[in-house]
Formats: sequence, C-alpha cells, structure tokens
Amino acid sequence: MARPKIPRKSTSIDMTAMCDVAFLLLSFFILTTKFKPSEAITVTTPNSVAAKAAPDKDIVLVTIDRNGKVFLSMDNDQVKSSIADVLNTTRNLGINKAAFVKAQFIGASFSQLASFLQVPEENRKGDALLGIPTDSTKGSNEMVDWVRYVVDAYQGKKMNLLVKGDNLAKYPAFKAVIDAFKKNEQLKFQMVTNPESVPIGSELWKNNMKGEKRDD
Amino acid sequence: MAEMDTSSKGGGHKKGPGVKKGKKLSTRVDLTPMVDLGFLLITFFIFTTTMSQPTAMKLFLPKDADKPEDQNKAKESGALTILLGRDNNVFYYEGILANDGANFKSSNFGSGDDGIRNVILRKKASTNEKDLVIVIKPTSECTYKNVVDILDEMQVNVCKRYAMVDVSDVEEKLVQLTEGAIAPATK
Repeated sequence: MARPKIPRKSTSIDMTAMCDVAFLLLSFFILTTKFKPSEAITVTTPNSVAAKAAPDKDIVLVTIDRNGKVFLSMDNDQVKSSIADVLNTTRNLGINKAAFVKAQFIGASFSQLASFLQVPEENRKGDALLGIPTDSTKGSNEMVDWVRYVVDAYQGKKMNLLVKGDNLAKYPAFKAVIDAFKKNEQLKFQMVTNPESVPIGSELWKNNMKGEKRDD
Repeated sequence: MAEMDTSSKGGGHKKGPGVKKGKKLSTRVDLTPMVDLGFLLITFFIFTTTMSQPTAMKLFLPKDADKPEDQNKAKESGALTILLGRDNNVFYYEGILANDGANFKSSNFGSGDDGIRNVILRKKASTNEKDLVIVIKPTSECTYKNVVDILDEMQVNVCKRYAMVDVSDVEEKLVQLTEGAIAPATK
C-alpha cells in the first residue's frame, strides 16, 4: 500500500519576487534622481526655514562665492545668444557666441570676457577667476549692466532671479548685487538656501500647527 | 524564475540496482544578498533625491526713495534696529539711538534669553502690531549667512514689516567700538 506523501516544506523563501521589486524601485530612483552638476564654484548655502523649492526653469543665478566674487549663470540658451549679440554690437567685445551660450557661468569683467571664453570650460574654476567686478569703489559695478542685458533679453517674460551666496561671503558683495537689481527695478528675487526645520515653539511653528498657510 | 526544474529528469523512474545515483546539483541561487544590496541602493537614492532639493527664500526690495519725504517713516516706539557685526555679533536698539549710546545693546544668534529671537519676541509682545518695524542694518563686516539668518528670523517670528537699510557711520563706529570691547582677542 502506498503511503501518502508528506510534503516537506522548505524554510528558504523564494527571493526572486522581492529582488524584482527592489531593482524596479532602484531603477526608478536612479532615473528620477537629478544629481547636482559638478560645480566649478563651490558654495555652501546657509539654512532657512523657507519651504518652497527653488525654481529650475528660466533662472538667472547670481552666485557669490566665499571670497565675495560674483558669477552669473543662465539656463536659457536663446536669451544667452541674444545677450551675446548685444554685447558684440554695443560693446564690441568680439566674443565667440557659441562659447558664450555653452559657458556654464560668466566670471570675468567685460574687458576680459573674450579671453575668459577662450579658456576651455573644464579649466574655468571659480577660485582662479576674478568674477564679475562689483566693487563700485574700485571701478564700476558691472553687475548693473549684466542685469540690464538680462532683463532686456527676457523682454518682460517671466524670469527667476536667484542669489546663491556662500555662508562666508561678506555683505558688501551681496549688497552690490542687490543694488544692481534695484537699479534695474528688479525688486523681487529669491535666495537659494538649504531647508531647515522650523524651531519648535516659535511663532511660525505655532502658525503651522494651526494649519495657516505660509506666504513665503 | 531563478531556479530551474531539474527534478523532472528521468520522470521518477528507478534506476537499476547497480547504477549509482548522480548527485543532483541545485541551480537555485540565494538571492538574499542581492535584495539587501538593492534596498541599500534604494535608500541611498531616496535620501539623495530629497536632500539635493534646495529651497528658495523670497525677498522683496523696497524702491529706493530719492527724496527723504518719500521714505516710509517708522514710528519711534515700534522700531527695532538690528545691526549685524563681524564674527556673528548682533547689536540692537529700540527706537532712536541715544546720543550716549545707552540703549545700544549686544545680542547673538543663540536661542538664549539675550538671543536675538527673544529680543524680537519681547519687542513684538510689547508693541502694537501695526507699529512694529524691524530695521536690519548689516555692516560691511558681517557675512551673507548672518543676513540670511536674520531674514529667516523674521520668518520664524512672523514679523510682517521689516526692512534692510544701509548702516550709518555713527552706528558702524559704535559697532566696531563695542566689538573691540567685548572681543579683543578675535580678528
């Protein structure tokens, strides 16, 4: 007589399904992650309780590094090429338009812009550059002109003025940038910061607890 | 999926008495370490995505008024002027600066009783909300971080009216003098 078979249960679990899920999620996160592009200018931004994410389209970013040097970058190639045209016609700088559009940031005075653009992109490191002159005691604040060109190039279209300053940058550099904005009637700008939690017990914290909307 | 069925070979037929049974090698792979690795990487990517998102703090600048009569006047009783010095020093005075500098006090970014947050809160509690104006005067010695910190403090303490104003010579001198008195070692 045949004995009924007692099925022997294995204690090992089939990991295949779990592995599939894990790698599916992994590929999703890898594809959605936006790595910060390696920056030629190293800037450690201060923290703030601001909760709104920085915009990433149509940005005009003014970077102030640790030594107070100012750099300008834009992401709209059309705007950049029209600025290059304006610079070549009004100031006779003779800059290479393609190089200007390709440049990730601008960090030289108008007079040295052409030679700045001749340097290969990977050799343009923030520390070795002079930045855009802003100190009005040592010459003109060229940031004022830059902001004017940018505003003209955008022609009233929406642009996001951003200031990204280093913790250790001194105030005069920041003030020069603000002055440049003010002179061009750009009274609204944003400062790039790292998020920070609202201190518990503060008034803002109480408002948040009450569910009030913040207007920042 | 990861294992192959090797048991069907032979169809369950018994082999002859003299035939040795070949050892069946399992093709099953233990996927546990691979899953571990997968989840480790997932956590890594989750953290990097959320952390690399910078936030932006809005700031609205007032228009420069050329004529003094166009400028906004702040009520003396409701004004709190905050001066930012070097090495994260903070100074403040309420109302108008006294000639002898008697109401010129020093503070810091800490959360202690003399920290600037409590100074602002005390001022806020003691004045009418409509009259409260905080004037921020960064001197040329302070850093960008100080400026952002103090603007952040406005957000944290929900101060609606504040302005960034250039420092006057008298105030800058006073800041330097006080700094020299409290911290002679630094610099």
